[in-house]
Amino acid sequence: MMSEKIEIDIKVPNQTRYLSLIGKIGEDIARTLKRYHGDREELAYHINLVLTEAMTNAIHHANEGDPEKEVHITITLLGRNLNIKVYDQGQGFNVAALPIPEPQNLEDHGRGIYIIRALMDHVSYRRTNGGNVLEMVKCLEEI
Amino acid sequence: MLVRVQEHGAVVLIEVKEERLDAHNSGELKAQMLNLFEEGKNNMVVDLQEVRFVDSSGLGALVSGFKNASARSGNLKLSGLQPQVKSMFELTRLHRVFEIFPGTQEALASF
Repeated sequence: MMSEKIEIDIKVPNQTRYLSLIGKIGEDIARTLKRYHGDREELAYHINLVLTEAMTNAIHHANEGDPEKEVHITITLLGRNLNIKVYDQGQGFNVAALPIPEPQNLEDHGRGIYIIRALMDHVSYRRTNGGNVLEMVKCLEEI
Repeated sequence: MLVRVQEHGAVVLIEVKEERLDAHNSGELKAQMLNLFEEGKNNMVVDLQEVRFVDSSGLGALVSGFKNASARSGNLKLSGLQPQVKSMFELTRLHRVFEIFPGTQEALASF
């Protein structure tokens, strides 16, 4: 049997008002996974969250808040792998250099990448044509 | 950002009337809290009963409020966390930082 494939490709202006739109698309995809036996609502929240965090990083840090730039998102579900890519058009930032936030330090910032790493199985950030891409993969073992 | 602010004696209750608390609107919550601190109101309850989704920026705004309140010998407590929102505090271990109450009445009474 051929595995089910869902592919979504979307571009939005570099503005935080689109966070909720993209997050909701991610949630709705998680809810369509009828064969997923885990907690589908929890998965929906997590996908919404990692999309929101990745887009916020692209908007504020990589694209430096420039409203003329755009954020490009692809969401691909193939078999058990849910693959999310968020492309920015900026200089990028060093993901590896980010420290793990210590709760006792009580920083206002710096939890976004930590959250993505905690919820996704594979995370990478690399240069691409004219910018960078943050790639996040979730292996849906309970499908 | 829709919030309802009510004074209950020496404690201010801030009810967040948004479904999402994220990088788009958390700055406004932070600003709202700063205004209250400037007015000398250092004890707050932030009620998140209507918030279904919070991201790291939303958590950051609450942490900022907590630090400001503590620095002024006040406190910022939370109430009404939905299960998924509560799990965010657990994931980032912030549930050990904030005093979290089921409802506003319990939170207000704890001051």
